[in-house]
Amino acid sequence: MGTYVVRRLLQFIPTTLGAIFLLHYLTSLGIQLTGNPARALFGDRRPSEAQLGALTEALGLADPCLTRTGDPCVGLYFDRLQKIFLQFDFGINFNRRPVTDIVADALPYTFKLVVIAIIFQAVVGITAGVLAGLRAGGFFDYFVKVSTVLLISVPVFVLGFVVRDIINVNVGNKLREAGTLPDWFTFGVMSPVYKPDYPIASLVVPGLVLGALSLATTARLTRTSILENVRSDYVRTARAKGLAPKRVIGVHTLRNSLIPVITYLGVDFGGLMGGAVVTEGIFGVPGIGREIFRATISKEPSVVLGIVTLLVLVFLIVNLIVDVLYAVLDPRIRYD
Amino acid sequence: MTDPSLATSVEPGVGVASGGPAAGKPSSLWGDARKRLMRSPVFIGSVLYLLVVTSMALFPRLWTSQTPDTCNIRNSRNSPELWDHPFGFNLLGCDYYAHAIYGARPSLAIAVLATASVVVIGGLLGLLSGFFGGWLDAILSRITDIFLSLPFLLGALVLLAIVSKRNILTISLALIVLGWTVIARIMRGSVLEAKNLDYVHAARALGASNGRIMLKHILPNAVAPVVVYATILLGGFVAAEATLTFLGVGLQPPAASWGVMIAMHQIYFAQQPWLLLFPVGLLVGTVLSFILAGDVLRDALDPKLQ
Repeated sequence: MGTYVVRRLLQFIPTTLGAIFLLHYLTSLGIQLTGNPARALFGDRRPSEAQLGALTEALGLADPCLTRTGDPCVGLYFDRLQKIFLQFDFGINFNRRPVTDIVADALPYTFKLVVIAIIFQAVVGITAGVLAGLRAGGFFDYFVKVSTVLLISVPVFVLGFVVRDIINVNVGNKLREAGTLPDWFTFGVMSPVYKPDYPIASLVVPGLVLGALSLATTARLTRTSILENVRSDYVRTARAKGLAPKRVIGVHTLRNSLIPVITYLGVDFGGLMGGAVVTEGIFGVPGIGREIFRATISKEPSVVLGIVTLLVLVFLIVNLIVDVLYAVLDPRIRYD
Repeated sequence: MTDPSLATSVEPGVGVASGGPAAGKPSSLWGDARKRLMRSPVFIGSVLYLLVVTSMALFPRLWTSQTPDTCNIRNSRNSPELWDHPFGFNLLGCDYYAHAIYGARPSLAIAVLATASVVVIGGLLGLLSGFFGGWLDAILSRITDIFLSLPFLLGALVLLAIVSKRNILTISLALIVLGWTVIARIMRGSVLEAKNLDYVHAARALGASNGRIMLKHILPNAVAPVVVYATILLGGFVAAEATLTFLGVGLQPPAASWGVMIAMHQIYFAQQPWLLLFPVGLLVGTVLSFILAGDVLRDALDPKLQ
């Protein structure tokens, strides 16, 4: 166990440095190919050399290696690492606002959104998967199979605006006119855009949309895993020695079957962060996804780089925790 | 395989391998799989749908005599007319049916190009890493980890934000850079499984070279999971193109793709829902067909179920 955790921790370091380098190289390459992004801030006016130079310097884009196409800018990379790990500085945007500030403002929304999505996919997905796996070949199994395939093949953005326009706008308007249901439901949950007055209620539908895709994968994974374990020897032994079916399923089968599912939920965190870009855009949630999207469109590479680096760090740490938990849950892993 | 787009996606690295063992030996894995596939109505249905979509992409003139760039703004968002304009007109007053037919090409081209490259790159790296193990495996696995740590959509956004030209090539490139990792992992896993089997030891004892063992003995037996995943990935990439276009970093309007159609008309959903219904239907149908075909293929190739 100890060696496994240590080895996993040692792997974490090169992966993190590599991921930051990859992001750094991509943005550097972008600047080398398309020119100084600070210029975009002036529109068609021509800034004086001094003005442009000062802004470029402030944005940390003054390094001459950014003008040599293909140069990996190793010096800049080490500067960046130093800033990230020693000063917790992820850069600033065009208005000189630190990226950490932007993220701190936007994070609570995205966090709530992702939590709603994970709860939704874990509870509904695992329940559906377990029920389908226990009665493989039955009606419910078939139903889960068909509905999950349908869910997987609908891209998040299509699901997002269909739900928004049909349920939140059309059905919502009828409910709001009728006025029989409480306000938090008709104006909060059924609101097509995020409303600060209902900070949790109006995030429910975007959260469900965000979780829908992974819900399907969770359900299928659980089903397969249950099917495999139900047929295994140790379950037969448990049955043969006369344990109650509830205990056989609830303790023996479920514990082993959920291991791959939990790993998936951890890995899927990255997918949810990406999905949040789409969902937050559609439902107007002022979260991190929207900030990334805005920075992409307005061509602020330092902001995109800063936020994505921060997210990748979080993602890697979540994966690390999941992997360590995995070893705690499953003794077989430690000898791997 | 009857589906041309599937065949192209698999061909570069493994075409020989998948055709080889099936020919002449009726009870091989691939021979059995073929029989099962032919008996599955879901597989036949998906392949037929994909054939239709592929023919739209390859020969759009077969389906329509109009083109999506002859437009009259006076017709903007006009309703469908049964024979002449079955899908109505788009925002710019162009025939929407022609737009939908011509839209198949970029969507499929990106999916096929990206999947083919991903299978070649990921398959090769996975094969080398699984076969040789040791330090090569350690390095390649860490590199895979690094690319995997970039969430797909975020990575694609960053990549496409930095290239100013967004066309089929650049979008495919973004999908390839971020997509090869999973194939490499799958390939590595199944090579690890295959390389310790008896017939591989036998081949080695007979003095076969590393290259021969890899290509002739391990690859044909390790490739099945990759083929399955590649089929599903084709669907995933069709959806990814539409999503990126929707976010504004994909194809831009003069190009006709399903993603462009959806992005262009999403605000008219309340007034003219059919403007979204047609492209969304085609898109979801295509993604669904790839996923279903991949699912059936997985079951057909699973020796445990035989």
